[in-house]
Amino acid sequence: MELLETKNLQKKFGGVHAVDHLNLSFESGKITALVGPNGSGKTTLINTITGLLSIDGGEIIVGGVELKFVQPSQVAALGITRTFQSVRLFGQISVLDNILLVLTKRDIGSALFERHSNQHLKAAEDVLKKVGLWEKRDEPAEILSYGQRKLLEIARAVSIPAKIYFFDEPFAGLFVEMVKTVSAILQELRNAGAAVVLVEHDMELVRNLADKCYVLDSGKLIAEGKPEEVLQKPEVVEAYLGK
Amino acid sequence: MEYLIYIATLVCIYGILGLSLNLVVGETGLLSIAQAGFYGIGAYATALLLVHTGVNFFVAMALGMVLAGVIALFIGTVLSRFSGDYYALVSLGFNVIVFSVLLNWRSLTQGPLGIPQISQPMIFGFSFSTPILFLCLALILLLLVYLIASFITSSSFGRVLHAIREDEEAIAVFGYRTTYYKLAIFVISAMLAALAGALYASYFTYIEPFSFQVVNSIFILAVIILGGLSSHRGAVLGALVLVIVPEALRFTGLPSDIAAQMQQVFYGLILILLMLYRPQGLLGKFRM
Repeated sequence: MELLETKNLQKKFGGVHAVDHLNLSFESGKITALVGPNGSGKTTLINTITGLLSIDGGEIIVGGVELKFVQPSQVAALGITRTFQSVRLFGQISVLDNILLVLTKRDIGSALFERHSNQHLKAAEDVLKKVGLWEKRDEPAEILSYGQRKLLEIARAVSIPAKIYFFDEPFAGLFVEMVKTVSAILQELRNAGAAVVLVEHDMELVRNLADKCYVLDSGKLIAEGKPEEVLQKPEVVEAYLGK
Repeated sequence: MEYLIYIATLVCIYGILGLSLNLVVGETGLLSIAQAGFYGIGAYATALLLVHTGVNFFVAMALGMVLAGVIALFIGTVLSRFSGDYYALVSLGFNVIVFSVLLNWRSLTQGPLGIPQISQPMIFGFSFSTPILFLCLALILLLLVYLIASFITSSSFGRVLHAIREDEEAIAVFGYRTTYYKLAIFVISAMLAALAGALYASYFTYIEPFSFQVVNSIFILAVIILGGLSSHRGAVLGALVLVIVPEALRFTGLPSDIAAQMQQVFYGLILILLMLYRPQGLLGKFRM
């Protein structure tokens, strides 16, 4: 079942089409990889879907609802969560608070009178233990190593009970053990019925994890299908390596 | 002794101003240079109500706070669209406008002549007319504002303010309408600054527009930068140091006009040294 679709989605920067009439669908219970060389529009696509960039044409369909305009603050309510290509944590606040932030109430009136509950704390403990950061819970996020920050960002994203998860290069800069942890999280989300979208340059990881693959080049879709088939196609090899 | 009570009362007033501004600058990361404007609105609203209607001080103070809150709601709606340098510039513009209104709306404010004979607080027949009693009132209000600030920052709301300071766009993606959070804390901060203004007007029993210029906003900013951003204790400590140390210059034997100039040099020097050696301030945890 498609949880999210894009219909002729466009994003332009001046005369350059960063996202060029893309028709993609992201299904429940599947990991869909978005691959393509640098500048092919993968991150721009995620930023457009999650409201950080405006839509210049086409639309997004989430749960059957057609959207031509998305605000960042709407995204969580649509059941979408994400990580960022360059880690964007709340650096000067604690590791624990980075997680509690996405667990507590959103409206101002409730948030003003809310102190985090034992239930919030338990949820934060579970997710931080999963990524091995519970011991660091009182440290400011900015003192973590790059890999740990990446893990914390992933932990923050999966703390929201979303239906669609965007992971923008989650494995970049991670050690082998960390890669295993993140792979397990992605597979767990897939098995729970979520649509997982993975932007990744490591083709071995894409082959091992993804059920479906979209290849982008210069904002256009140039191939789609099962990773092991798609990644052999001449046009895909050419996009990565040149003629 | 009366001089010490005077200094302590000033520390309380600037402590309240520091705590109020810290909510916007320290906790939320919005560089506001408008605080003296709201301070002035609170002072003038209270003074005018006391002089012309004879209403009770606490009622006048509450109405002054409401007026400052309503004005902050409008100004904040504009300000919430901005961040960084633009936020600072627009807020500074607001302070300039408030000062100009206080100076030039002579039929209401009496312009540079100011408003004299402002009455002192009274409740259930009990008057805070002596310096020591007024200090007690100022201390109670300082404690109240401290508790309000602590309540806000220890809530989920406070945690969101910290996240806005770190990365507003990133926290928005997790479902927070950050514009409303910025607006809410700006209004709360303005109301608390107006409370300090009411206290100031009633303490000195005379106000004039020059106490509410941009330079006063910068002084309040210096209070929280010195004490430490995002630290309530720091805001009070900053007020203590910046009120007491320049006063001490009076006793150095320098001619009074030079001592006054030295106070400005002292403020400037302390800010430069802090930025160089302790950018988070004396008790602060966070950097700008």
